[in-house]
Amino acid sequence: MTAIPRTTDFTADETYTPEGEYRFQNSREAVRRLPFPFPDDEYMYSMNLEPHVAAGTGALRAAFDIDEHYVSECAHRDQMLRDMPGVHYLALPHMMEAQWDMLELIFESYSRDFPEHFTLTKNGNEWRWQNRLLGIDDSFTFGDPATLPLDPMEYSTRQAQGEFVVLEEKDNTLVIGAGMTTQRADYSLQFNLGMNFAEFHGPVPKLDTMGILDRALKFLLRMKPGHPVRRVNWSLTVNPRLETSVETLPDWAPDRAKVTPENAGEMVYLRIELQPLHRLPRSNAIVFPVRTYLVSLAELVAHAPDWAKRLHRALASLDPELVDYKGFHRYHGAAVEWLAKYDDGAPLATGYPWIEDGIQPGPDSVD
Amino acid sequence: MSEAQHGSLRLRVDRIEPVTPEINRYTLSAEDGSWLPPFSGGSHVRVLIPFDDGQTRRNAYSLMSSPYDTSKYQIAVRRIHDGKRGSITLHEKVREGDALLVTTPANLFPLSKHARHHVFIAGGVGVTPIYSQLDELNLKGGSFELHLAVRGPEHATLGRELQEIYGERVRLYGDGDGSRLNASDVLAGRPLGTHAYVCGPARMVDDVIGAAHAHGWTDSNIHFERFEDLGSTGAPFSVTLARSGAVIEVSPEQSLLEAVEEAGHKLPYLCRGGACGECETEVLELDGSIDHRDDWLSESDRCTNKLIMPCVSRATCTKIVINA
Ligand code: FES
Repeated sequence: MTAIPRTTDFTADETYTPEGEYRFQNSREAVRRLPFPFPDDEYMYSMNLEPHVAAGTGALRAAFDIDEHYVSECAHRDQMLRDMPGVHYLALPHMMEAQWDMLELIFESYSRDFPEHFTLTKNGNEWRWQNRLLGIDDSFTFGDPATLPLDPMEYSTRQAQGEFVVLEEKDNTLVIGAGMTTQRADYSLQFNLGMNFAEFHGPVPKLDTMGILDRALKFLLRMKPGHPVRRVNWSLTVNPRLETSVETLPDWAPDRAKVTPENAGEMVYLRIELQPLHRLPRSNAIVFPVRTYLVSLAELVAHAPDWAKRLHRALASLDPELVDYKGFHRYHGAAVEWLAKYDDGAPLATGYPWIEDGIQPGPDSVD
Repeated sequence: MSEAQHGSLRLRVDRIEPVTPEINRYTLSAEDGSWLPPFSGGSHVRVLIPFDDGQTRRNAYSLMSSPYDTSKYQIAVRRIHDGKRGSITLHEKVREGDALLVTTPANLFPLSKHARHHVFIAGGVGVTPIYSQLDELNLKGGSFELHLAVRGPEHATLGRELQEIYGERVRLYGDGDGSRLNASDVLAGRPLGTHAYVCGPARMVDDVIGAAHAHGWTDSNIHFERFEDLGSTGAPFSVTLARSGAVIEVSPEQSLLEAVEEAGHKLPYLCRGGACGECETEVLELDGSIDHRDDWLSESDRCTNKLIMPCVSRATCTKIVINA
């Protein structure tokens, strides 16, 4: 059971930017292993947390998933960090312990779940890290930052897919203490650093009144090391653009007006966010990773027809308040209209794809 | 990393060293050579000690090994003649090469992250959690000192071991030089931002807390370990799972959820701390009362005695049957 067949081709020359003309594409394999986030025809906002245990053969097999975009995503991160230094990676000075926790968690998970690509060798606290996908082979002393070329968190997350926000517990709330966020949607790390849970979560329609945020906070504060939990979230985005932060808004916002019912299949992407939360063992911090997957509506139709139908129904019946909140009201209609052509109304399975009897991608043949 | 099975790790006893006439140090590692779950300084594990009559005791022992080396755990066990026979069984029955079940580490005695100086006061085997705390501070460059009282030179091995590593910062009392540890003297005249940690016999803990208060310290700067603080522990009881008919003993040191998992059954859970609601389970029969300790059930839910949160709540009863 492998998430990535040994034959996976890592596509190194993809881009996630207009300058690079958004050269990005999913293989059929990559689409069909996605953590597709719609268990029902109607989408309900909820915290939908579940224990983060290995499930199925797709994206949820590993603690931290990688896929065919690993190499290009790491290159994109490097580019972003160089373009805007001090914006996308930040850590408050007392977060060093949590940084080592992060490095350990990522490297242990990768080497356990993808031994064909990563090897971690430990001799006491003398560690050797081999990352064959990026050609890295480094030795360092675990716990001693002077033995690494970068902060432990920057060093490890530069070699990881997804972004990472580290929260520390303070006076019964959670405060952002560090982050690697080169892919953030509508969000600013600089702005949010040091903010507490209620502040950075912002207003989510209907959630506050239901007391869900209070409950979520209480829950997070009780989380224990070794018992991670996960949720999947989603949004829509225009073009395969990973980074849509507040800082770069002028670069990407205008694209939203270019979507039409004719081009929505190519222009509109489903953005899936897999969020496995961990309590870190030494620092007692909580890490909130967001692993983002981009897939165009057209790719869904071609490779996962049942998921395309499900997406059509979920979008068509979506609460207008949530459409606004998720920020795609300008092209919501165009996306629904485009998808409608591929939905025959046949009944679909309920449940996430990684559970037994959950919704599967659909017929396993191309045309 | 080693995965916990039914909530506990199966470890091999690599080495047993007598360090004083009463204390043995055990070095444990994963049977398959994999890494153990990481922990922070001051953490403990519970060792499942099997008795010949089929009963199991769960004794808590502090981890002495470095938090930065997850290839092994070390614990020190003092033989205590308290009639419960847990430590004596470990001393007499467990040999190198044997396997032991051990829970994943938890920390009820963490270092303060904001202290400017750490003062440790310990007596006898109470030095064990401080081993890993000093390791952690040493690596992070934190400022600390340790005052350790022992009952005579033959009991001073661990203290001398620490002295060898940390030099002057470790002060031994009772190692044959007639010195006595006086908590009030140790704590007098400390600058703001000093934190004190005490681990030892109850009398010593009380002494240190009393002395600190007398010097005007606030409670937030005084740290000690109370195992009974674990929110889910209490008197033992047994529970019947309606679907399988299994009767499971919940021991004082484990939660209902942990006991059920250890017996190889599954219950839903998320937070394991009484906050998320995931583990809510129906109570089908009850002869006694439920000790609700969660933040989930409403007052009216509690009164009906029809629901229980197994991750934290217990029962005082002769019989409880849950819908699981
Ligand atoms: S597991 Fe969360 S309340 Fe019991």
